[in-house]
Amino acid sequence: MKQALKRFFDGDLWYSFSHSPVVILSAVITLLIILSAIFAPMIAPHNPFDLASIDIMDSNLPPAWNEFDGDMRFLLGTDDQGRDILSTILYGARISLLVGFASVAFSVVLGVGLGLISGYAGGRTDTFIMRIADVQLSFPAILIALLIDGVARGIFPRDLHDELAVYVLIFAIGISGWVQYARTVRGATMVEKGKEYVQAARVIGIRPGTILFRHILPNVTGPVLVIGTIHLALAIITEATLSFLGVGVPPTTPSLGTLIRIGNDYLFSGEWWISIFPGIALILLVLAVNLLGDWLRDALNPKLR
Amino acid sequence: MALLEIKDLRIEFPSRRGTMVAVDKVSLQVNPGEVLGVVGESGAGKSTIGNAVIGLLEPPGRMAAGEVYLKGERIDNLSDREKRKLRGKRIGMIFQDPLTSLDPLQTIEKQLVETIELHLDVTEAEAKDRAVDLLRQVGIPDPEHRVKQYPHQFSGGMRQRVVIALALCAEPEVIIADEPTTALDVSIQAQILELIKKLCVEKNVGMMIITHDMGVIADVTDRVAVMYRGNLVEEGTTAKILGDPDHPYTQSLISAVPRPDKRLDRFPLVEYIESAGETKKSLDIANHWLGQARDFGDHYTGPLIHVENLYMRFLTKNSIFKKNRSYFDAVKDANFEINSGEIFGLVGESGSGKSTIARMISGLYTPAEGSIYFAGTDLTQITTEKKRDHFRRQMQMIFQDPFSSLNPRMKVMDIIAEPIRFHGLASSRAETESIVRDLLDHVGLGVAAAMKYPHEFSGGQRQRISIARALATRPRFLICDEPTSALDVSIQAQILNLLKDLQAELGLTMLFISHDLPVIRQMCDKVGVMRYGQLLEVAETEQLFENPQHEYSQHLLELMPKLTNVKAA
Repeated sequence: MKQALKRFFDGDLWYSFSHSPVVILSAVITLLIILSAIFAPMIAPHNPFDLASIDIMDSNLPPAWNEFDGDMRFLLGTDDQGRDILSTILYGARISLLVGFASVAFSVVLGVGLGLISGYAGGRTDTFIMRIADVQLSFPAILIALLIDGVARGIFPRDLHDELAVYVLIFAIGISGWVQYARTVRGATMVEKGKEYVQAARVIGIRPGTILFRHILPNVTGPVLVIGTIHLALAIITEATLSFLGVGVPPTTPSLGTLIRIGNDYLFSGEWWISIFPGIALILLVLAVNLLGDWLRDALNPKLR
Repeated sequence: MALLEIKDLRIEFPSRRGTMVAVDKVSLQVNPGEVLGVVGESGAGKSTIGNAVIGLLEPPGRMAAGEVYLKGERIDNLSDREKRKLRGKRIGMIFQDPLTSLDPLQTIEKQLVETIELHLDVTEAEAKDRAVDLLRQVGIPDPEHRVKQYPHQFSGGMRQRVVIALALCAEPEVIIADEPTTALDVSIQAQILELIKKLCVEKNVGMMIITHDMGVIADVTDRVAVMYRGNLVEEGTTAKILGDPDHPYTQSLISAVPRPDKRLDRFPLVEYIESAGETKKSLDIANHWLGQARDFGDHYTGPLIHVENLYMRFLTKNSIFKKNRSYFDAVKDANFEINSGEIFGLVGESGSGKSTIARMISGLYTPAEGSIYFAGTDLTQITTEKKRDHFRRQMQMIFQDPFSSLNPRMKVMDIIAEPIRFHGLASSRAETESIVRDLLDHVGLGVAAAMKYPHEFSGGQRQRISIARALATRPRFLICDEPTSALDVSIQAQILNLLKDLQAELGLTMLFISHDLPVIRQMCDKVGVMRYGQLLEVAETEQLFENPQHEYSQHLLELMPKLTNVKAA
């Protein structure tokens, strides 16, 4: 373990990380947002989901520094129901991050699995899986998500749907993102499959399943990691978009996207803070994650070193 | 006056872990009409010298000291623009891989004419005539017609001729050839070398050939410079260097080159390179793990491998209808036997089907027709994986490329333990680990190697790991598919020695595949010669080398670099 750590800090990855201020800043911001989301119940000044603690009289208050109506209790102001914006952002980031990570994990498992099978089996299996991928690619991700959300609404009763909304979102965003992983992993698998270490394993007699998971999988994970970080930012945005369109999580447990949509209604009546602050939080998070992903892609590419 | 003169060259590659000196204090000169060979093993810095002369050093590499003169004119301090003018015009270049040095989307004519017009003051019609003329000079038949063709319509050897024509087209004074024949088969290599030599004399140009191959050096060069880890260790006429080398490194290097003309028991051990690690004590086979369970349950006494009417076809054009499909016959009607304890060699040029046969025997390919008998059992009739495992344990394979034959994400311990675990050859984890350590020690790597990853080893060491993995199932039949062709000669000598020792100790039967006739002569008891998927001749090794029967075998032997003026080791 100690040796592994030493190797990591000696390695090229750490070197390129520690020599790029932008990347360090992105990492700090990402970490900060993730930590504050995890510890939201401890650091948030209010609990926006606790109906007993919100007062409709506090609704639509501007940020604290506003000279007329600013209220020190609500640092970034309140929304139309009197919820503290800062607290709602912290709680909302939890939902955004949960949906982001979970849907990426879902895509990765599905995409990597299918990509491995497709690349290794070849022939008809490969054609079949890749045709499905092609069909899927001809639909925009948002459309697929809308479709699944619509179906879910039809199947589940209304109250149950609100409860399940987050999971439906995760499934919808996850299922629309697997193709990229499948294609990348398929290509990498086809390359690795031709290498002599795989043939050596076949000569020993190792079965295809074991070869796939023990030998090929560890060698194709590099690009998956990179796509994953970029996809994470995309999934968070998709969630925000869906919530903005009104098909995401219900307004009672707002995510960043829901909050922006609520604020959108009040934008022209002067209550800008409801949209802008969650918007800034979203941009910071997505930008930081994206920059990290870009850096990782370059740092792991030996040709660019 | 020397045509090209390099004085006290020093090339550095700065990195964050300190400066790597690739070439230091190297002085060379090339005279008109002379071929200078620069020889050395991988990492000796020989290619770096060539790149530095033509100003194509890859950054961050830089010339830290030294001067380069072309006809008395200093060229190393020229600007990039002036160096670009020099390249092609006054210094021609020939690179290793003819498949990638030509633009696949342009005709040969266009590429030649473009270069000629760039460097010489001629009209387009003149340039075209000149292009045809050049192709004729480099020995391309029917040049008027072929000049209109694209690179993919030429074979590898023909393409290298085109590349040479390209290098010649601006009438350069010096040509630098970096491994010009390494990617080519022996028969083509001989033609290309002859051509290079002829052109050099005819046009009175100076030539610098960079190579790792002593055969090439012996065939074409007038003078040789020997490089070792960035330093020039010896320079002199070819006859002197090959026949009576002064420096111990040159002596070791030459003694490691397999002799085509006689068979040795072992290769002389080469010092001066990475430690050979051949200090191990002789093996007490009766009490050693490798010696146990060598009774495979059949008391079969005939030939261990018997291949009968073997065919292999690859689909080249698919179609739903059977009659529209077309196939390429990789192996046609192969028949041979390998007796127990024998090393059987397969020799042939690339694409002759020798690896395909190995892959069919090892079970990686399923033959289209024919039978493979292993100790009396027809392997092609085995239907279940379980039954096949019994035979898989008895035969193992060593691959060509030591850099891709080991999983980079696995520790050496796990790589070698995998076959032991799969075939259940050890009863406990502790036993498995002790066997792996023992195997590593036995192939000359030392027990500490177990906890490292493959990338921490050199090519030769990795090949030792491959051998240890192959031995881990306690096989009785070992397939070696070009086991040393990716290695330097000195390392090759070590690996071949190791294989010979193991074969003798364990009584292994081997199928040894190589394109290198001298290696075959040193290793094999019997040899099969292959061409275009057909086994042309099978003979005892000595008989084949002394008295080849088939026309093609005679041809191959004639082309083999003779090393006649080389001092016997």
